[in-house]
Amino acid sequence: MKLTSPQFKENSARALADQQLQKALLNVQKGFIGKRAAAAADLPEFDALRDNAREIKNHVLGHLDLYLEAYEKKVTEAGGHVHWAETAEEAREIVLGICRKRNAKTVTKGKSMITEEINLNEYLEENGIVPVETDLGEYIIQLRGEHPSHIIAPAVHLNKEQVEGDFRRVHTHLPQARDLTEPTSLLSEAREVLRKRYFEADVGITGANFLIAETGSSVIVTNEGNGDLTQSLGKCHIAVASLEKIVPTLNDCAQILRLLARSATGQDMSVYTTFSTGPRRPEDEDGPEEYHVVLLDNGRSAMLGTEFQEMLRCIRCGACMNHCPVYHAVGGHAYGSVYPGPMGAVLTPSLNGIDKAGHLPNASTFCGRCESVCPMRIPLPKMMRNWREREFERHLTPSAARYGLGLWAFFARRPKLYRFAVSFAMPALSLLGGTGRRIRSLPLAGGWTKYRDFPAPEGRTFLQEWAQRENRKQGAGR
Amino acid sequence: MADTHDMQADARKPQVGLFATCLVDLFRPTVGFSAVKLIEDAGCDVHVPMAQTCCGQPAYNSGDRADTRAIAEQVIETFEGFDYIVAPSGSCSSMLKKHYPGLFKGDARWEARATAFSAKVFELVSFLADVMKVKAVDAAFDGSVTYHDSCSGLRELGISKQPRDLLKSVDGLAIKEMKDSDVCCGFGGTFCVKYSDISNAIVSKKTTNIDASGADVLLAGDMGCLMNMAGKLKREGSKIEVRHVAEVLAGMTDTKPIAGQAK
Ligand code: SF4
Repeated sequence: MKLTSPQFKENSARALADQQLQKALLNVQKGFIGKRAAAAADLPEFDALRDNAREIKNHVLGHLDLYLEAYEKKVTEAGGHVHWAETAEEAREIVLGICRKRNAKTVTKGKSMITEEINLNEYLEENGIVPVETDLGEYIIQLRGEHPSHIIAPAVHLNKEQVEGDFRRVHTHLPQARDLTEPTSLLSEAREVLRKRYFEADVGITGANFLIAETGSSVIVTNEGNGDLTQSLGKCHIAVASLEKIVPTLNDCAQILRLLARSATGQDMSVYTTFSTGPRRPEDEDGPEEYHVVLLDNGRSAMLGTEFQEMLRCIRCGACMNHCPVYHAVGGHAYGSVYPGPMGAVLTPSLNGIDKAGHLPNASTFCGRCESVCPMRIPLPKMMRNWREREFERHLTPSAARYGLGLWAFFARRPKLYRFAVSFAMPALSLLGGTGRRIRSLPLAGGWTKYRDFPAPEGRTFLQEWAQRENRKQGAGR
Repeated sequence: MADTHDMQADARKPQVGLFATCLVDLFRPTVGFSAVKLIEDAGCDVHVPMAQTCCGQPAYNSGDRADTRAIAEQVIETFEGFDYIVAPSGSCSSMLKKHYPGLFKGDARWEARATAFSAKVFELVSFLADVMKVKAVDAAFDGSVTYHDSCSGLRELGISKQPRDLLKSVDGLAIKEMKDSDVCCGFGGTFCVKYSDISNAIVSKKTTNIDASGADVLLAGDMGCLMNMAGKLKREGSKIEVRHVAEVLAGMTDTKPIAGQAK
């Protein structure tokens, strides 16, 4: 998708004014939070699992090259192919090449953020291949020509009524009298249309939630089963995954799986968890004839060994955005990149450059709720701060803010001067408050007073009063 | 004779350095005096060094590490001699306790100093409840209050039960919990000015929940959050009284509130 992160402020203003969106965003706050909390509370070892998962990923990231090589060897042994792509362009080329070889006209796709990251759909279309999204949410936004606004619930920005309208507009060959008021009826409506598509498709493209070095398997989890159909009905399955999806063993994968659905939707497990190891074997009843994995780097290996390495533990559960007050206010599209919310605020600058994504790590209150729910214990606020530090070092921080902060720091480091300055400033500010003790507009603080009064100070500072009190005491003691 | 006895007793008392925080110092001296009373009542001696200014959070969260470190050095030098350093603010305490050591990583001498310093830092209410084991305060307050959990205090320092337990010991006070008391109020330091539209959306949800709680008074442990919520409540014309939790716990509610009318 086209990066609009530089317009984060404009995007947010639009989102805040969009009544329909605001209504839809209430679902994020209502649904996900309580379910996750209940699922976590139901599993006594939830926090222990989180620690363990962190260790597993830290270990893998410390030896990424070794595990990737081991993985490639296993895939090849199973009859599959591994393709290494350093950039988005390379990945697109590889996928197109495989599709061309198979003479593909239509490809079905399971939900995959990584193919959004590399703009695969647009690219295939430009090259005469029709991509069909098969996840309900992805299917809906494809109908609308939009992009996902959430990494696990791509259409969470829409209301049921909007979806119903889209289906009635597009599915004109289906009876008009059908009921489309419930999520289940919407799902069966999409299924009916998609069923044919599965059989037409020459190639099935999925992402991967995990890659397992021990077995050479790729793993996808879905709730609709569309991923399975995508990858097993086509003659050729392409899994596109980024490097950091690797885990050492099946057992490691199973442990992290226990965190994934609980953190994302509050389920114990997703409805379908599918392990794919190579193409179909002679004795298999079904499965693709060809199996390819495209391993994408796209800036990730550059994060290794930096203060952003920990971000590579992310398993894309979406819990951070589900709990983020900023995400609740503006939704995912405002972030202007594939990855919204707190995880996107760290990842997008890594993938697209801090010069383009500078707003994202700044637009956070550092309330820490994201970190408190992240199953992989990623210190998201700390890493957003790291980005702010890099911005500051490179003088990308707006100069007014820089100047103001510099001035504050100058005084903060010089207590005597500070005391002297505030002994004038505070009484003045207090007077400004008048008898109502409210300041309705204040120079340089327009952002504050646009929406809020500024509570007037009491007048004298605490330290002034304290010093006076101590003096009085000493005077009395003498 | 009596004097010597007092001196000996005093010498055994924990010596507490009060880090007032810049917002309390500049905007709300009452909170400073409330903190002093509470800490003294808990059996400590309180000192207020004149060389204190700010904990450095504005610079830190804006990515200005060099200035932050310079400020931190000065804070450590000023306060490291005390048995405890106590601040009436979750976010400033957390800055001193959780974030200072990281600023000096790799600097052998300063890192050890910062770590030793940090171990002695506590947020006011947590200091009273967790360190001094205060179970009840000597105060009365006639009215119902709702308590907002400020983010740093809640998530970085685990402060949630302590203020509520102590509030329950206040004579005549009733607690009416608001919905989502643990969700951010949208302050976020410079965030509220830089992204004022988003901040406004967040604080508007907060004030809706505050109003819906039906409480007469809003309390919290951080001046930043309090000024944000108070400013919004005032602009909305709400009559809800806004105070720092320390004022109520210390029984110092004869001052004008931060917002609203004192009952
Ligand atoms: S950062 Fe953590 S909470 Fe957010 S998507 Fe990744 S794993 Fe989930």
